[in-house]
Amino acid sequence: MYTFSSRLKTFAIILMVLGALGIVYGFYMAPKTTADVEAILEKEAAEHHGSHAATETHNTATETHTTTKEQTETGHHATNDATMADTVHADTIAITPVADTHHDAQVVTSVAKTSDITTSTKAVGHEVHDAHADHEKHLNHVLHQLQNKPWAALYVACIFMMLIALGVLAFYAIQQVSQAGWSPVLFRVMQGISSYLPVGSVIFFILLVLSGLHFNHLFVWMNEGVDVIGHENYDALVAGKTGYLNVPAWLIRAAIFLIGWNLYHYFSKRNCLLQDDATDNLYYKKNFNISAAFLVFFIVTESIMSWDWIMSVDPHWFSTLFGWYVFASFFVSGITVIALVAVYMKSRGYLEFVNTSHIHDLAKFIFGMSIFWTYLWFSQFMLIWYSNIPEEVTYFITRIEDYNLPFFGMLVLNFVFPVLILINTDFKRLTWIIVMAGIIILSGHYIDFYNMIMPATVGDRWFIGVSEIGSLMFFIGLFIMVVFTALTKSPLLPKRNPLIEESKHFHY
Amino acid sequence: MSSNKVIYAIYNDDDVLMDAVKQTRAAHHHIEEIFTPFPVHGLDKAMGLEPTRLAICSFIYGLIGLAFATWMMNNIMIVDWPQDIGGKPSFSYIENMPSFVPIMFEMTVFFAAHLMVITFYMRSKLWPFKQAENPDVRTTDDHFLMEVAVNNNNEEELIAFFQNTGAVEVKVIEKH
Repeated sequence: MYTFSSRLKTFAIILMVLGALGIVYGFYMAPKTTADVEAILEKEAAEHHGSHAATETHNTATETHTTTKEQTETGHHATNDATMADTVHADTIAITPVADTHHDAQVVTSVAKTSDITTSTKAVGHEVHDAHADHEKHLNHVLHQLQNKPWAALYVACIFMMLIALGVLAFYAIQQVSQAGWSPVLFRVMQGISSYLPVGSVIFFILLVLSGLHFNHLFVWMNEGVDVIGHENYDALVAGKTGYLNVPAWLIRAAIFLIGWNLYHYFSKRNCLLQDDATDNLYYKKNFNISAAFLVFFIVTESIMSWDWIMSVDPHWFSTLFGWYVFASFFVSGITVIALVAVYMKSRGYLEFVNTSHIHDLAKFIFGMSIFWTYLWFSQFMLIWYSNIPEEVTYFITRIEDYNLPFFGMLVLNFVFPVLILINTDFKRLTWIIVMAGIIILSGHYIDFYNMIMPATVGDRWFIGVSEIGSLMFFIGLFIMVVFTALTKSPLLPKRNPLIEESKHFHY
Repeated sequence: MSSNKVIYAIYNDDDVLMDAVKQTRAAHHHIEEIFTPFPVHGLDKAMGLEPTRLAICSFIYGLIGLAFATWMMNNIMIVDWPQDIGGKPSFSYIENMPSFVPIMFEMTVFFAAHLMVITFYMRSKLWPFKQAENPDVRTTDDHFLMEVAVNNNNEEELIAFFQNTGAVEVKVIEKH
């Protein structure tokens, strides 16, 4: 039996307390009114004294949020198309820093054009553009972004840690169904990690309910009047999707998914423990069956989950392989966490039968799944970049323009780094390499989730500051607390698993 | 002095062979070669063979392939004739890179795989029309053969030693 080291427990509690303080601070610092925003913007303008850079970024922000909206406007359709293609083209070119004055000018003018269109689309019925109204609109937009910031930070950290537990659960189910001979010595570790799932899903569901009750502005499609023709928030594209994207159905789906996953977690763990004292393999077979059923349920719900909880922050955008992409991201994070926890427990002398071959196997999975993630990332990016269809490509334009470093930086963390480090067989057996690579991969995938949520919720107002780090610290602390408490509850070696002997002597 | 005499110890079970290899190594007899009909797991470790460096070669070949693909497409698409093809930005390599990635990937794999295979053939001296070096035809079917040099005048002692290791047959052969 494992005893929770008091130092680790203290560490987890400190993380949670500091994290909670960070979260509260983030909410406290968020501006309450447009007057606050005005003050913030003035302060920023003073910092960027005399440069036109500040105004330019504001324009880009408005543009990114509204380019997709243009299509809803049927009247301007024909005229918009030309400008739109132009914008998109110029934006794509603007990826690289080219010191070409003509080129720069082109970008600036096209941005200016779009912002004109933006205002004309927004101010339905007003022939004359009122500079003051524009400014008010801009303030309101920035206010929403800044108010979203602490919420989005909380949301990203919460969904990331919960999905890690889910990734571990999926990996565990795959090991059961494939009757892997190497992994049974790690089953209790996997069960321990996926014990975070019930706790994580409750918190996550509460967050979803709060969003549904309009405590925050994370999901644009929940806006008041978004599907009411003539309402100032009316959005024809979103209105067409309300059959799927409506709060009650969305919450019911979330509840079904979370309950389904948690049921599998509960019964699988229980059967595994019952198998320890059984005289036959009935519980093992039961686990096999429910694991197979879970995997079918999982792949369907995982896909829908990614539309509901991640893709729907950008309700104008859609991508077919998004579900797989999200899956690859949290699956590789889950395997990494298994490796990290196993290495930690081993170093404390708790996992007698786990040897370097088991760690090597996990490292191979991390390596392979990192490449799989990159494959999906690239497939999604390249297909959209290549065809450059305006309604799809805005997704990547916002990311490349406003999130350049996190967007391409995560590729280095999630692909280049694991490929170069974990390709070596000897390295895959070294604890310090696994720990280092593991931490880098996990931070890379946090940034991946960050890149999925933030551009749609806070736009160019992103920053990895107190709110983000605080939320992450809180959920990591909670994760450590729950996982290591769960690990103390059952023996670390399954007793009567039919494959346990093979697993104990596993050697690669 | 009969330096080109070798002993052929023949086994019909891989477990027996593994034990025999361990005993031979412990007795410090030099194993010239072992012939088996299929890969015997752990035989290289028991014989004390150096690990292969083929994977390192392959990695380097892959890098060469990647470099070649990058050079080739940069030269063709960007340097030589930067045409506007369907609006793809051909001003610099990085701007149009996503469309080159499939080729960069395939070239990397192609170079890594093929050059590694050729390296393997060359290092193991395999080619068409090569004279087979089989000392006993049964080793391609169900027998295992260990070849040990008789470098001193200890022939009798060696024969007795190998008969004790469970060999089904021990022969002394004069090698040309």
